[in-house]
Amino acid sequence: MSEPTATAQWADGVHALFKAHRVDVVSFVPDGGQKRLIELCLSDPEMRAVTLTTEEEGVALAAGAFLGGRRAALLMQSSGVGNCINMLSLPHVCNMPLFMLVTMRGEWGEFNPWQVPMGQSTPTVLEASGVIVYRVNSAEEVCPTVEGALQLAFQSRCRAAVLLSQKLVGAKNFARGDQ
Amino acid sequence: MSLLNRREVVRELLRGRGELICVVGLGAPAYDLAACGDDPLDFPLWGAMGGVAMVGLGLALAQPGRTVLVITGDGEMLMGLGSLATIAAQRPPNLRLVALDNERYGETGQQRTHTAMGVDLAAVAQGCGFPHTRTVRQAAELASLRADIHTLDGLLFAVVKVSPEELPRVLPPRDGHYLTQRLRQALLGAERALE
Repeated sequence: MSEPTATAQWADGVHALFKAHRVDVVSFVPDGGQKRLIELCLSDPEMRAVTLTTEEEGVALAAGAFLGGRRAALLMQSSGVGNCINMLSLPHVCNMPLFMLVTMRGEWGEFNPWQVPMGQSTPTVLEASGVIVYRVNSAEEVCPTVEGALQLAFQSRCRAAVLLSQKLVGAKNFARGDQ
Repeated sequence: MSLLNRREVVRELLRGRGELICVVGLGAPAYDLAACGDDPLDFPLWGAMGGVAMVGLGLALAQPGRTVLVITGDGEMLMGLGSLATIAAQRPPNLRLVALDNERYGETGQQRTHTAMGVDLAAVAQGCGFPHTRTVRQAAELASLRADIHTLDGLLFAVVKVSPEELPRVLPPRDGHYLTQRLRQALLGAERALE
C-alpha cells in the first residue's frame, strides 16, 4: 500500500471513522480520489470490500446489509450518482440508513467536458432523491463532516452523502500530461 | 411438455422452509410468494427493479449462518445482470438466486423479454463464475433444486422456465418500513431491530 500523502491523509481518518461507527461493508465503483481509502478497506480483514459493476448495486447492497444487521458505506465518483436515482427509493421507502462518499468531477478545474453535466447536477439530483448533502472543500473538514453524516445516517436513519470537492481531491488534466 | 406453473414452483421450493430468508423481486414473484402466505422472514420488493439480487447479497453477508433465497423474474434479473458479476466475485456460500423465467414482462402487457430472444440467464451466471447453475423445465427436477436451496454449501443460480399465464394477484404487504422492521426483528431481536 502507498504511504499517505498530505492530501490523502483524510482517507486514514475516514477509515478509522468507519471502524468507530461499525461500518464494515464498503462497496465502490473506484475513483482515483478515493484510492487510498479503497486500499485501506480492501486490506482490512475485518471489512468486506465489495467491488460493484454500477453504483446502484451498492444502494441495494446497503439495504440488504441493514436488514441483516450490518452497516455499509458506498463510495463513488459523482458520475455514479445518476446511476443510483431509482434505487434510492429503496432506502427511502423502507426508512433505512445510507451513507455515500462521493468524489466530485465536473467542477473546479475540470478538463473533461463530458464530466461537467453530471458533476453540476449531482447535489440537486441527490437532494431531489431525498438524500441530505454535505459538501467538503478542504482536507481538514473531511473527517468532522463524515463523522456527522455517519451519525445522521445510522442514528437517525437518514440517507446522507458527503461530496468531496474537486478543489480538495485535485483536478487532473490529462491534456496537460497529468498522471 | 407443458410449462411449469410459477405458483406451484414457489410453493414447492418454500415447502418446509424453516428459517430460510426470502427476498423477492417486484411483480409476479412477489405475488407468488404472497400466495404461499406471509412470513416475517419474507422481504418482497415493490420497486427498486434490478436490485433484488444485491439486497440478497447484503443479507447473505450480514447473516452468514442463514440461507438467503432470492426469487425474481427474468425481466428484473435482466436489469441487474451486472449484479451477477458482483455476487459471483464475492461468492457467498449461503446465497441462492432463482429466476422464474416466463420470457415476458408480465406486468406491462406480456411483452417478450430478452430470454425469449435467446439470452440464457443460467449461462450468464455460469460465465460470471457461479459455481452451481442450472435450468429447470420439469416438475420432477424441483425436488433436487429445493434440496440444494436448503442444504447446498455454495452459491447457486437457477432458472426455472415457467408458463407466461397470468394468475390472480395476491398482494404482499407494501409498507417498506413495516417489512424492514419485522425482518430485522426476526433476525436481530426486538432491541437491535430498533437501532
